[in-house]
Amino acid sequence: MKHSEYPRLILLMLPVAIVFLAFFLLPMARLILIGGSGENGFSEYLSIFHTPRHFESLVSTVLLSAAVTIAAVIISAVTGVFLERNRFPGREVLISMLTFPLAFPGVVIGFLVIMLAGRQGLANEISQALTGSRLVFAYSMAGLFTGYLYFSIPRVILTIMAAAEKLDPALEEAARSLGASRWQVIRDVILPALKPALIASGAIAFATAMGAFGTAFTLATNIDVLPMTIYTEFTLNANFATAAALSIVLGTITWLALYISRSIAGSTVAAAA
Amino acid sequence: MTSDQEVSTSIRLEACAKTFDDGTRALEPIDLEIAGGETVVLLGPSGCGKTTTLRIIAGLEAPDPGGRVLFGSDDVTPLPIESRNVGMVFQSYALFPNMTVRENVAYGLMVRNVPKPERAVRVGEMLAMMHIEELADRRIDQLSGGQRQRVALARAIAVRPRVLLLDEPLTALDASLRERLRIEINDLLRSLGITAVYVTHDQGEAMAIGDRIVVMRKGVVAQIGSPKDIYYRPANAFVADFIGTSNRLTGHLSNGALSFQGGSIPWQRSEAAELTVMFRPQDAEIVAPTEAQIAGRIANVYFLGDRTKIILEAIGQGPIVVETTAQADFVIGSNVGLKINPDRIFEIDGET
Repeated sequence: MKHSEYPRLILLMLPVAIVFLAFFLLPMARLILIGGSGENGFSEYLSIFHTPRHFESLVSTVLLSAAVTIAAVIISAVTGVFLERNRFPGREVLISMLTFPLAFPGVVIGFLVIMLAGRQGLANEISQALTGSRLVFAYSMAGLFTGYLYFSIPRVILTIMAAAEKLDPALEEAARSLGASRWQVIRDVILPALKPALIASGAIAFATAMGAFGTAFTLATNIDVLPMTIYTEFTLNANFATAAALSIVLGTITWLALYISRSIAGSTVAAAA
Repeated sequence: MTSDQEVSTSIRLEACAKTFDDGTRALEPIDLEIAGGETVVLLGPSGCGKTTTLRIIAGLEAPDPGGRVLFGSDDVTPLPIESRNVGMVFQSYALFPNMTVRENVAYGLMVRNVPKPERAVRVGEMLAMMHIEELADRRIDQLSGGQRQRVALARAIAVRPRVLLLDEPLTALDASLRERLRIEINDLLRSLGITAVYVTHDQGEAMAIGDRIVVMRKGVVAQIGSPKDIYYRPANAFVADFIGTSNRLTGHLSNGALSFQGGSIPWQRSEAAELTVMFRPQDAEIVAPTEAQIAGRIANVYFLGDRTKIILEAIGQGPIVVETTAQADFVIGSNVGLKINPDRIFEIDGET
């Protein structure tokens, strides 16, 4: 590259640099500062780990997101590989239905969970009819899990289908010719080949679950996930410093998850996002 | 498994046909006997059923009901590939990218629960045999195409398979490497004495490697024979055209001579009123017009270095190709005579 090209390149990069600065770096910096502007100063960040309510909220959010991620990856891997390998009438419709939740805001998904598992929900009616006992789980961790799983599956399944399509059938045939059983083929050929896609889409699912608000807002009556806690601190308690500190912690954990998965799986995460 | 210890297993296909789910017939019922230790090449253009036949032998496809596959005296028809103890080599190499060269070669032994010390010894032998010892700890994406196919061969034979099945193993390689690896595979098959089925669309490869060649076309066996048989005694025009270049002459038979445009040749071997004969480009020579019973005109000349390829017109129905090592000057447009070695003219079924 010639030196004379630098001014032109800087000029070309200017719009991106301005947007990045104005809408990303500056707000982030401000948020970090606000987090430290409370009466506790920058130890506000540490207080999250000392305040039981905040810490429990953090732990339950991470656990919920991790559980949703694992479930979504397992369900999507099985379904995705099946859908990629089999052609049957209605396959296209099924695939578009599976990806449907992408179009819903979190509130609608929360509403769907209430209709499934709320007091007048389908699950309760069936349970009452069959066993006479009540089955209401919409407002518990199980309800959140159901809702989060519902919107996580499409994000994972599309990536896995794309990866499954690229699987060389000769690899499986070679393994079988060498005497590998079905399970050994899955363990030694299919899963290693899908690994980057599983990690990448799992990271996306985790990040989405960590930050999901609408579903939690609709459902959460007695559970506090981190975005809900932030909302409460911010709007109800007007506790800006705590809200900002919690936001930064939430963001850092999510970013860390993406970063780690990215270094394991290569650069596919960004592409999948 | 005593059958593993056999030196070589014969293969028999009985009435193996294949119709796919969508109703297309990939293979008409085929009967094929392959002797123990023999190398048989399935040769034909794409879509001729050669790969389907190989996959039926492998156990990757089931023949239509009624078809049977036998290894020696064992009926393996109901067995899936993982129970047939076959070695397979693919065009795409199909090496496991998540394993090193050593792990690839050891894989078949690992899934068979061969104890580790024995496994290591056998893998070492295989790597040495294929001259890839120094690659043992490489990852697959660090290997060249030729090295990959050597690894694939080592992996396939490491489990001491009853039969070795090769599906276009050299097609993905460049020409000079293909030639070298072809010789290596040939030597390997001979030294192992293993029964092998080799699929290719390359007639040169088929001639060099096969004890026998099965020429296939549209799901039907066109001819089975030794490379020489197939080359010099093609069963029909399709085989003649597919294996090397061939010239065909169709004419009327009367008074012991076959006449066609440009001349005639003596022909006592048939009674038919109309028939087609063929000869190879190197089995004819260009002579002065007065010295031959066939006259034509030189349409084109290609100097190929060690030989010259001459295209003649005005003989029979189509151009006639002659290859000669003679150093004479052939002038385009000049009238010449054509002399065909009478021992190398064969009657063939003219239908293509």
